[in-house]
Amino acid sequence: MAQREAHDMNATAETPLLRVEDLKVHFPLYKGAILSRQTGSVKAVDGVSFEIRRGETFAIVGESGCGKSSMAMAVLGMLPKTAGRIIFDGIDITDFGAERMRPIRRRMQTIFQDPFSSLNPRMKVGDIIAEPLVVHRAAQDPSARRARVAELMALVGLLPQMAERHPHEFSGGQRQRISIARALALEPDLVICDEAVAALDVSIQAQILNLLMDLQRRLGLAYLFISHDLSVVRHISDRIGVMYLGKMVETGSREALFASPQHPYTQALLAAVPVPDPEAAAPPPSSLLSGEPPSARNPPTGCRFHPRCVRAIPRCAEEEPVMKHHGVTEAACHLV
Amino acid sequence: MTALLDVRDLSVTFRTEHGPLRAVDGVSFQVARGETLAIVGESGSGKSVTALALLGLLGDAAVLEGAGVMFDGCDLTTLAPDAMRRIRGNRIAMVFQEPMSSLNPVLTVGEQIAEPLRLHKKMSKAEALRVAASLLEKVSIPDAAARLKEYPHQFSGGMRQRVLIAMALACQPALIVADEPTTALDVTVQAQILDLLGQLTRESGAALILITHDLGVVARYADRVAVMYAGRIVESAPVRDLFRDPRHPYTRGLMSSSPRLASEAKTAMATIAGQPPDLAHLPPGCSFAPRCPDAHVRCMSERPMLKVVSPGRVSACHGPA
Repeated sequence: MAQREAHDMNATAETPLLRVEDLKVHFPLYKGAILSRQTGSVKAVDGVSFEIRRGETFAIVGESGCGKSSMAMAVLGMLPKTAGRIIFDGIDITDFGAERMRPIRRRMQTIFQDPFSSLNPRMKVGDIIAEPLVVHRAAQDPSARRARVAELMALVGLLPQMAERHPHEFSGGQRQRISIARALALEPDLVICDEAVAALDVSIQAQILNLLMDLQRRLGLAYLFISHDLSVVRHISDRIGVMYLGKMVETGSREALFASPQHPYTQALLAAVPVPDPEAAAPPPSSLLSGEPPSARNPPTGCRFHPRCVRAIPRCAEEEPVMKHHGVTEAACHLV
Repeated sequence: MTALLDVRDLSVTFRTEHGPLRAVDGVSFQVARGETLAIVGESGSGKSVTALALLGLLGDAAVLEGAGVMFDGCDLTTLAPDAMRRIRGNRIAMVFQEPMSSLNPVLTVGEQIAEPLRLHKKMSKAEALRVAASLLEKVSIPDAAARLKEYPHQFSGGMRQRVLIAMALACQPALIVADEPTTALDVTVQAQILDLLGQLTRESGAALILITHDLGVVARYADRVAVMYAGRIVESAPVRDLFRDPRHPYTRGLMSSSPRLASEAKTAMATIAGQPPDLAHLPPGCSFAPRCPDAHVRCMSERPMLKVVSPGRVSACHGPA
């Protein structure tokens, strides 16, 4: 018996909390109002795979339109998946409907970017934080619910007596604390942070990042941290995936990805971040990208990055590179 | 040499339902010809309101006070609306954050770039469109002649911001005010746009006021920096001095709480404690005192004035700095 328990614990320790295999999210495009027919599709996410282990932070970075948010919505079951598999804690949830997703969704919570539009202005903060408990029938007894709300508010650094106030009485940073308290109400295993600090001022952003890291240590949370900001990602993540136009182009540990990025897109992304040091040399113009990402409706052939890549060779336009291990990171590029 | 722009003790008060709200409080600064001044601060610090006040774009709810905004020898605050309109878009141009809402969706890009030229330079339509085409080329938009006939929705975010820069440069202004010009753009596009803006202002000899919250942008593009907090300038210095040796505790806090690419990973970040102040209920002393790690008794009661701390730099702090 004891042996079997030990075996089970081993299995849990090794199974990734979330496994995404070759996920595709395509949005069909229609033409014609009455006899409409599908004329194409926007390939927002086009074959993305990754794993998140318990208690770790996996960050996805990419520019607008790269598919990072669509990917998160598909994982949550809020967008239909075109292909691929999603395995949460060993359970294949790819085809789960709303009813079967319910117990899973308790364990995966979300914090969104805009703390102004993601909180109902007419609800009291205490009710906002208690709502997941009500919806999932977790704490039925009102006094138990109040106690849980007070505990959650203290956890995120809010005073429990603020529960009677409305969201407009709080600043942006405090509102994001309310969103975090709500996300933690059901003791999730995974929290998806979609640009969770992007709307905050730097002094407040640092406070929220510290809170997220502190909560992770105390509660063993795993984060899927979606961001466009490489300096934020550098701070909070254990592993990073870089997306470009619906594809993962490079993944690796934080150290490896920042110290020796392999993919030309990752290199360009890092070079483009302005360094807060006037004595730092400006990056050579050749390291900066020209143009903007093309449309996901009609992505380039071969490697999707090739029209903007300074190192592209003819093969890049013809053949799509696959993810390969290069010692330190995994990258999808013919040239590394 | 006199400064191109000399803002003297400017205050802006808004009339609100809950009484007057002072968004900008006694701000003074100068911009020399050809210089780039960055105004940096967090939301609510008054940096955008300062810019809008310079441009006379605040409307009737705002009351401007002070000793004037001298631009090239003429006080902008005393100008009639008509006279201000002759300067705005002509001698002083602006680039705003949101490229989609700053462009008129029902006019072609060509018509919009030509508009200031026709209005201020009295060009004919054909002539203005010819100049517009060369401006689009200057901001590196390929196939300029054809793209003049397109509408803003046919342009990407970065391309729209290039169009706004082309419009701003159209009348060869002496001063460009750019309010968070790249905040809505992706990082790879941001670098292109800021490099372009920097290069074109240098070439034309225009001065640039760059309003931003991003210290990385300040470091790369500014000559001088003014740091704003709760409606006031708390520190101002040449860019290298400011980054090498920030004097005001708020500037220091801002610098250490900015995440950096080179930072130690997964360790607690330095923060500025507390929340930004409520402009309607500012503390009696230094506005930053409640969040300041070095605050002492005097800071709670007496407001620090800007003092010269070394040649070319000022800081408003009672502390030993």
